[in-house]
Amino acid sequence: MAASTTFNWPWQYDFPPFFTIQKNADTKAKQIEAWCTLVLEYHQHNKLLKLRVADALASPLFSNKAIERKLPKEGVMEVLESLCKKGNVQWDDKSKTSCVIYWKTIEQWADIIYSWASKTGSLNTVCTLHELTQGPHTTSEPFHGLDDWLLIKALSTLQSRGKAELIGEEGVKFFA
Amino acid sequence: MGMKSYDDGSLILTTHQIIWRDSSDFQICISVPLCLVVFCEKQSGGIGRSAKLSVHLQAAQANRTPGPVSRSRYDYVRFSFKNGGESEFHTKLQSAMQTKEWEKTSSQATSSPVSKSSAKTGPIRASGIVGIERKIEENRRVTDKNISVAFQDLTKLMEKAKEMVSLSSNIANKIKDKKGDITDDETVKFKSYLLSLGIPNPVTKETHGSGTHYHMQLAHEIASLLKQPLEENAGIMLLSDAYCRINRARGMELLSPEDLLNACRMLDNLKLHMKLREFETGVLVLQLDSHSDEKVISQTTELVDDSKSLSAQELANLVSVSVLLAKERLLLAERAGKLCRDDSDEGLRFYPNLFAQPMR
Repeated sequence: MAASTTFNWPWQYDFPPFFTIQKNADTKAKQIEAWCTLVLEYHQHNKLLKLRVADALASPLFSNKAIERKLPKEGVMEVLESLCKKGNVQWDDKSKTSCVIYWKTIEQWADIIYSWASKTGSLNTVCTLHELTQGPHTTSEPFHGLDDWLLIKALSTLQSRGKAELIGEEGVKFFA
Repeated sequence: MGMKSYDDGSLILTTHQIIWRDSSDFQICISVPLCLVVFCEKQSGGIGRSAKLSVHLQAAQANRTPGPVSRSRYDYVRFSFKNGGESEFHTKLQSAMQTKEWEKTSSQATSSPVSKSSAKTGPIRASGIVGIERKIEENRRVTDKNISVAFQDLTKLMEKAKEMVSLSSNIANKIKDKKGDITDDETVKFKSYLLSLGIPNPVTKETHGSGTHYHMQLAHEIASLLKQPLEENAGIMLLSDAYCRINRARGMELLSPEDLLNACRMLDNLKLHMKLREFETGVLVLQLDSHSDEKVISQTTELVDDSKSLSAQELANLVSVSVLLAKERLLLAERAGKLCRDDSDEGLRFYPNLFAQPMR
């Protein structure tokens, strides 16, 4: 699903020092924090779940042609590691060449889906996975169009909390 | 004039000579003493020719018994082995050459090559080129021995020096620990002795009022000389600049960098209104006490703000300081969190630290 609107870059994106790893520890912490937020918002806006480091380095995310600056690879890895610690990034492989970007963590997805279920009175009913992500009732929901594998992960989390139960491969029942 | 041909005979090798004896007439025999043999060359035989042995010789001695010829243009004798035996003879000849029996039994022996004790070296009896070579070799050996003996003394000297150094550093440490036992004056005197020996005293840097009288006086001189230039230079100056200024002012009796450094280290303790300061990068500066970091930081930050961003060179031009000093100021402000850096192909620039400020 393509982004409907153009992405709003934060002010840091046009600030050249943003693309240099800062030496002052406090300044650097704030810088990395800003990058983390940017990475998540960017992926959310473009509904992207995967990131390949090699491709990302050249993408507009880490490379601002207008001011001719790009974040060096060490910086990118630092940002991704920081996101990994927060649970927003999961590396695909040990060599850390690509990862999944959870712009919402699985826990957050679980909460969002469950609150929708209770809001719409779907508790104690069975829903299909399809109607959750593709159905007409959820078009305005953030999880609309979500990849199946991610949906299942979120629902599994709810299941382990005792709030839902996966039925077969296509359905789920929410509990109060 | 017929030459006797020495055709048919046998060759005898003893420990001291090679003897050729005619097979038919045992009265006829000629010999060559082994001590004159330089080396022997083997020529193996083939079809139609016999194996030969060429024995190269030194010049004959003057007192030799007369031989087949009184003079020869050749310096070797060649034996032709018609009936074989050449290899064995060659081997035996070489071992006899190595054993050098004639040297051991001769009463006028040359000095043996390996002798630790003072061997009696008699006059070397040899003539000709080899004789000269042997004399040179002997001289060289004697020189070598002398040098080794001399160096033994030097090694002993070095050992003593090591002891002395450790002794003085022991005393220096004791001074550091128990200052009360020795008066300040004596401490200073002792330190100046150490310094004149070339032992830099580590105590000088840490203790109060330390250092030699000389350096103390120097410190006063430096302080009075540099007070005004420092004030003109915003209270701070590179140590190398200070060095140049002082020596230019002195004209004669120039100061060594080391003396300057030692004197400057005392400035703070002597309360001379200025001090030596070392930045994290290792840069050394002289700084007036009235110089404050905060002022520099806020001034630098303001300048960067006004220009949106600055490089070290640009700042240097703005405040008329050296590029090195300008860079230190920017780094200072960065460390204080007032500036942030932008490192790119265009170089290193500094911006106001917008990360720390609320969003624009």
